[in-house]
Parts: sequence; C-alpha cells; structure tokens
Amino acid sequence: MILEQLIDIFLLVFLAIISIAVLRIRDLFTAVMLFGIYSLTSASLFMVLDAADVGFTEAAVGAGISTILMLATISMTGREEKPLKKKGTMLPLAVVVITGATLVYGIMDLPPFGEPDNPVHTHVAPRYIEQSPQEIDVPNFVTAVLASYRGYDTLGEVVVIFTAGVGVMLLIGRRRKRKEGISNE
Amino acid sequence: MSDHLILRIVGKFLIPYILLFGLYVQFHGDFGPGGGFQAGVIFASAFVIHTLLFGLESAERIAPQWVLKIVAASGVLIYALVGVAAMLMGGNYLDYDFLAADPIAGQHIGIILVEFGVGLTVASVMMLLFFTFAGRGEAS
Amino acid sequence: MSGLGVWNYVIIIFLMMIGLYMVMSSSNLVKKLIGLNVFQTSVFFLYISFGYIEGATGPVMQEGASLYSNPLPHVLILTAIVVGVATTAVGLALSVRIKESFGTIEEDELHTMDSSL
Repeated sequence: MILEQLIDIFLLVFLAIISIAVLRIRDLFTAVMLFGIYSLTSASLFMVLDAADVGFTEAAVGAGISTILMLATISMTGREEKPLKKKGTMLPLAVVVITGATLVYGIMDLPPFGEPDNPVHTHVAPRYIEQSPQEIDVPNFVTAVLASYRGYDTLGEVVVIFTAGVGVMLLIGRRRKRKEGISNE
Repeated sequence: MSDHLILRIVGKFLIPYILLFGLYVQFHGDFGPGGGFQAGVIFASAFVIHTLLFGLESAERIAPQWVLKIVAASGVLIYALVGVAAMLMGGNYLDYDFLAADPIAGQHIGIILVEFGVGLTVASVMMLLFFTFAGRGEAS
Repeated sequence: MSGLGVWNYVIIIFLMMIGLYMVMSSSNLVKKLIGLNVFQTSVFFLYISFGYIEGATGPVMQEGASLYSNPLPHVLILTAIVVGVATTAVGLALSVRIKESFGTIEEDELHTMDSSL
C-alpha cells in the first residue's frame, strides 16, 4: 500500500515539473504538447487513486480532444508568445503566494490522506455502495450513481456540453462567414 | 498528410478498432469502467484521426454537419424523454423504477437509454467542435 | 497514521497555484487557457484524493471485496472533465474570433487597442 502512495507522490511531483515547464516555455506549440503529456500523466495518477472511470475520461479528453483543439487554435492564432514584462510579474506572484499560503493553512486541518473513516466516506457513499446492488443491480457503482441516483445532475451536464457545442458553432461556424463574404462583394 | 503512407495505412487500420472500442465502452459501462461520456469521446477521436489523415471534406462526407447537429440535439432529447416517460408511467422525473414492471429491470432500461443519449450528444458535439475548428483553420 | 498525512494535498495546492499564476501572468490567451486547465485538473486531483481509501479497490462490485473507494467524487469529476473540455473549446473559439477581429491575442496589446478606440 505504501507503494501506491509513493507512486502518487512521484506522479504529482512529475506533474508539478511539467506544469512549471509549461509556464516557462514561450513556444505555444511546445506548451500545448507538454500539456498533452500533463493530461496523460494525470490520467495515470487517477488510475493509481482507484478512479478507473476518471482516468479513462482524462486520457481520452485531455490528451486527445483538448490537445487537438488547442493545436487547431494555435495554427490560427500563431505559436509565439510574447516574453513577459518584468514589472508585470510581481503582483501575480504576490497574490499566488498569499492564496497558496492560505490554502495550505486550511489544508493542515484535513484528515489524513487515504484513511477509511474520513468524514467524506461516512455519509452518502456507504448508502450508494450498500443499497445499489439491491436497488439498481449494476456492478459499476460509478455508472449507478451517474445515471440513476444523480440523473438530474448528469442531464444538466449533457445540456452544458450541448450548449457549448452550439456556442462554438455560433462563434466560429462556417455559414456565417460565407454570408459576410457575399455581402462584402 | 496525404504523403505519409505509413500513417495513412496504420490510421486506416486503427479506425474500425477505435470505433468498436467506443461501442464496447458504451455498452459495457454497466459492468466495468466506461459509459456514455468516455464512449462518446473515443468514438469522436476515430473521426479526428480520419480528418487528420484524409482531410476535412472526406470526413464531412461520412458525418455531415447537419446530421451531427440533429444527433447532438436528439441525445439530450432522449435523456429528457426518459424522464418524461418515467413520469407518464407514474413515477417521478427520471425515476427509472417505473419504466418496467420490475424496478431493477426498469433501472437497467433507464440507465442504458440515458447512457446512450449521453454518448450520442458527447460524440457528436466533440466531432462538431473539431470540424468547426478545422474548418475555420482551412478557410483562413 | 499512513505515511502521507496531508503532503499529497500540499503538492496539489502547489499545482493549483502554478495554474493560477499562469492565468494571471501570461498575456497570451491560449496560454491562459492552458493555465486554467492546469488549475482545473488540480481541483480534480483534490476531489479524487478525498475519495481514495488506502487498501480499497476501485468502485466496481466484485467477489470478495468489501472496501471500495468512494464513487461520489469519481462521478462529479467524470462529468466535470467532459464539461471542462467543452468550456475550453468555447474559450478557444473566442480567442480565434479575437485574433480575426483584432489581429492579436496578447492581452496587453488588446488593452492598448481598446483604450485607444
């Protein structure tokens, strides 16, 4: 079990290194590819933390679709980022340090990582795990909770995805461009 | 990419397996990791590979945008209508117990239909997103 | 007491802060979106680590297992990832439009253009 936690820390440190690299690199193409690696590493981290469904989704979405969309965007907007100005970096740094210190201060009161009697595990989840074999009879608890117990929530998420698709088509869909071209001629 | 022979052959070889895997993830989601969200994205990624290898026009002949728009909307509609059906059968909205005589069978039917709706919407929206971005890139 | 204590969360906070710094300090809009995604992923890690139980199996029912990790955070994050990519796509679409209308996606240049109008 200690091995799992070692892998967890190792992957997290690895992710931190990758994200620092993304932060420092000016070439957007490299940054996007590094972000793809970041997503793939986070997918393996999810697998280590026993979240197979989430790891699966992150591998398909983060490393696949999201990287491809970013590549398509930088092919249109250019791949060079302007270098940072020195005087503009102090304020963000100060805000980040203060926020981080506050969050770490709050984190110190959390129950230790991976204990079975943590407060999160005492309320809704045991009911799902104990009752869903009788009520739903689907071996995968994640599917049972996703589609049945939290059906409303998932309906909302699907509507959000649909709306995002509509929004992108309104913003950069092709039909509108053709109309503009005709009116300009 | 048309001059990369190896990529074209390997890609062409991979696409049917990706589609098959997408369908497996969709319908095996009750028993193992998987479900509509993952399946939709995997299914869409097959079309992304096809577009990268053979161009946008070829991909849009297989999956025209007007079809994808209808499919995206009908996925949401299937989900919402399952809820309405449960209401008509005497239950609450999205309460699958009432979809069949036996509550567990009702739950199974409900989950499969709902996941199918999710899969349709996610797959077609992801394909639409990619086609829209790729189309804008080719136009400019 | 199992070795890690809260150190897992401390690294996650560090990741979160890198994401926040990237959002605030970069002037390029695409880079900002990458930063937003880093931030978002670290929130996902936080949720999934809450759901992790030492020695438990993944939340799929099987013979002989009695301790499962918490399925609720998995459900929340699963949908959040897909919604996240959809919203990122909207952000990228907006930056494409901004590039077409203004010719740049650097924030400070946009700012000077906006105030010179």
